[in-house]
Amino acid sequence: MPKVTVDGQEIEVPAGATVLQACELAGKEVPRFCYHERLSIAGNCRMCLVEVKPGPPKPQASCALPAADGQEIRTDSEMVKKAREGVMEFLLINHPLDCPICDQGGECDLQDQSVAYGRGGSRYDENKRAVTEKYMGPLIKTAMTRCIHCTRCVRFSEEVAGVDEIGALYRGENMQITTYLERAAEHELSANVIDLCPVGALTSRPYAYEARPWELKKTLSIDVSDAVGANIRVDSRGREVLRVLPRINDDVNEEWISDKARFQVDGLTRRRLDKVWIRKDGKLARASWDEAFRAIAAVNAGASVAAVAGDLVDCETMFAAKKLLGALGSTLIESRQTGMSYPVDNLAAVNFNSTLAGIEEADAILIVGSHIRWEAPLVNVRLRKAAKRGAKIFLVGAEWETTFAAEFLGEDLTVLNNLPDYVNDTMKGAERPAVILGGAALANGALAPALALAEGWNLVREGWNGFNVLHMAAARMGALMLGFAQAGGIADLIAAKPKLLLALGADEVNFATFDGALKVYIGHHGDKGAAAADIVLPGSAYTEKPGTYVNTEGRVQYADKAVFAPGDAREDWTILRALADALGVTVGFDSFPQLRAAMVAEVPALGVEGLANYGALPAAVAGAKAEGRIAAYPIKDFYLTNPIARSSATMQECSSELLHGEDVLEAAE
Amino acid sequence: MADRAPHPDSPELRARWGNFIWNEANQAKAKEIVARYPEGRQRSAVMPLLDLAQRQVGEETNTQGWLPIPVMEYLAAYLDMPVIRVLEVASFYTMYNIAPVGRFHVQVCGTTPCVLRGSDDLLETCYKRGMKQGHTTADGLWTLTEVECMGNCATAPMVQINDANYEDLTADRLDVVLDLLARGEQPKEGTQEPGRHTSEPANALSTLKDMVTENHDYRSAW
Ligand code: SF4
Ligand code: FES
Ligand code: FES
Repeated sequence: MPKVTVDGQEIEVPAGATVLQACELAGKEVPRFCYHERLSIAGNCRMCLVEVKPGPPKPQASCALPAADGQEIRTDSEMVKKAREGVMEFLLINHPLDCPICDQGGECDLQDQSVAYGRGGSRYDENKRAVTEKYMGPLIKTAMTRCIHCTRCVRFSEEVAGVDEIGALYRGENMQITTYLERAAEHELSANVIDLCPVGALTSRPYAYEARPWELKKTLSIDVSDAVGANIRVDSRGREVLRVLPRINDDVNEEWISDKARFQVDGLTRRRLDKVWIRKDGKLARASWDEAFRAIAAVNAGASVAAVAGDLVDCETMFAAKKLLGALGSTLIESRQTGMSYPVDNLAAVNFNSTLAGIEEADAILIVGSHIRWEAPLVNVRLRKAAKRGAKIFLVGAEWETTFAAEFLGEDLTVLNNLPDYVNDTMKGAERPAVILGGAALANGALAPALALAEGWNLVREGWNGFNVLHMAAARMGALMLGFAQAGGIADLIAAKPKLLLALGADEVNFATFDGALKVYIGHHGDKGAAAADIVLPGSAYTEKPGTYVNTEGRVQYADKAVFAPGDAREDWTILRALADALGVTVGFDSFPQLRAAMVAEVPALGVEGLANYGALPAAVAGAKAEGRIAAYPIKDFYLTNPIARSSATMQECSSELLHGEDVLEAAE
Repeated sequence: MADRAPHPDSPELRARWGNFIWNEANQAKAKEIVARYPEGRQRSAVMPLLDLAQRQVGEETNTQGWLPIPVMEYLAAYLDMPVIRVLEVASFYTMYNIAPVGRFHVQVCGTTPCVLRGSDDLLETCYKRGMKQGHTTADGLWTLTEVECMGNCATAPMVQINDANYEDLTADRLDVVLDLLARGEQPKEGTQEPGRHTSEPANALSTLKDMVTENHDYRSAW
């Protein structure tokens, strides 16, 4: 542990730290553009210059200089001040200074740092260079004249995303950042370069000219576009959500979010259910809440009622529905809309036990039936890190384009019964072996054979549990904790032939199987569920209600309410509460705090932020054999997996340009 | 350099170059070049291979050679590396032609020593023959580029044409060189100054006189 002095203050820094990190540890701010904690060190902007003794009598780039014992570092000397002013002046020489029309204004590193460390004016009066516009796809808007060549975007796509598509062409003054042949950036995390870009060269295209950062209300929330539960900040103005940004949480999403999490929010204002609708003569007609409640009460369902929860629903909504059904005498609740029926008596068996951050440490990974890039792009980032550290990764299922070194073992699940020796040996010999089961594996009954493999390979050992299930629905783990599952899956509900079906934002259900029931859809978007419903009650999307979510690793997280739901829409729990009155039962809560308290009383783990404890894995069933094949994955289109995304113009554009445009092109070639 | 840009991608370009593969001789050469790099570092061969590919394109088109986009893609696949990285290298170094050139690529040095020694006249000579900077003449014979110092300042001004340097030029001497090339003959390379061999002092020795007979340590004189 080297000891250094920073501005006269002596501190000890971890071995391998840089001078910049040492300064930060000492509480000194060091301005920087190219340095980023999660990317490799480039050392090309020179903004981080400090004075270091011993060393040459000139300022040194602190981000690229290892801290060594006995160094005397100064960040406050005249030399440093002048160096920063000089670098700033050079950086601004070719910068257009078009802040008034730049979307980065107000949250721009260049702006902030030139105010803090720059000179008052420029001595440069030659012509500035200009760079032609570069196309980077429907999400990223570029103004490359503003680029300061920090290469953060290049390093992100190469190192984190694993899709080498951005590069720096030409050199010196003529250097230009571009995607290959100006093709659209084409991966699920592409828009993170918008956050990384320290200037306004890469900005958000859908959000262009929408607002200034200081006008926005910022709400801490949780993403629901997949089961990772990325921590997000929802920026809103008035009743409209304008954008979503990632929050830093090293355990979950590090500093990234997927393009879907970021850009599906324009779908929140389109195709909204903002009125009550009742089907009359085959057509949905506007109605009042009273009429709707009366119509529901009129079927006299009694205990013959079932509820299906959709993929985006928060725990409170599900709990309220469970209470309502319980009061009516029914336990017909299910959340696995598409008919999956894996056993849920032990949640450890369907949890991502290694944790999302933990999977980085795995040294041998077998992935069964998961198109990870589409099902959980942020987990893909972790897998890439694991692979870079030398993990061996095998996949079973249809091939997809991985961003890490991996070997596909074929689509046939029976390969699990008889794995090739080298795979077996790798998994057996690994220090921290892991298995990841995706939705396609669960649907094909691969859970039991995977548990058998887990036992054989000792996936659970001191300080390590490598048995992982990767869900795709933000609501899944919460639903399972609340008991929103039947032994036989949704088939049990169908078999019970309920008179009344409550669909809580459930859009993937095959509603035809419930044709005897009065179908009530409580949700926020006019999607498949509303189209099949007899009565539509307008609810709230994830940004419009506070809620508890549990991600695929069993992490309990809370989201706040950012905006009010449009029109007549209500927070879902209030609808269920009112429905209880209409049906003449009591559910035991009248306010959200009461509801949450009741929920926590029943499932205490939901009251503690952080990982829930599901106990030990169940013993494997002897003789469990895998069968079937995984020729396709549940997600057919990454950008259109939920009703919000399907309503989003941006996501539709991505889908047609990035996924289907390619097909068109290839067909033409 | 500012107007350097890869030749635009088009169906015609793909039709012409989409099937590019090494010819037999280069196939062997490429293998040998890649083998020079340690295991796992094969990508480092991108620079010599870009040169090799440029030369092969040159042979096929009877020009100095250049690097069409599909050829760079072929190289990227050959070295198993992202094509954007290949393009980065090719666009960084001006000796890779990323747009078509003519039979002879006339690169006139325009850095200070050459300018002081009359490179403007050389450019004028080129212009008189219809050459234009950054363009290829209609007959496909000449492409003119002004470049930075080529390291021949002692024999300035100089012009590099394809693989050969022509030094100590005057307008007339350059004319002779260009005429010979146009006729398909190979002019003498290097200095064009009669009596001079390489870059030895053109007249009587004026500096480092003590070095003539033996190595001399000048440091005490500084
Ligand atoms: S576009 Fe932005 S992130 Fe990329 S190099 Fe330029 S300034 Fe850096
Ligand atoms: S932050 Fe150190 S050189 Fe850019
Ligand atoms: S200046 Fe022309 S060769 Fe050096």
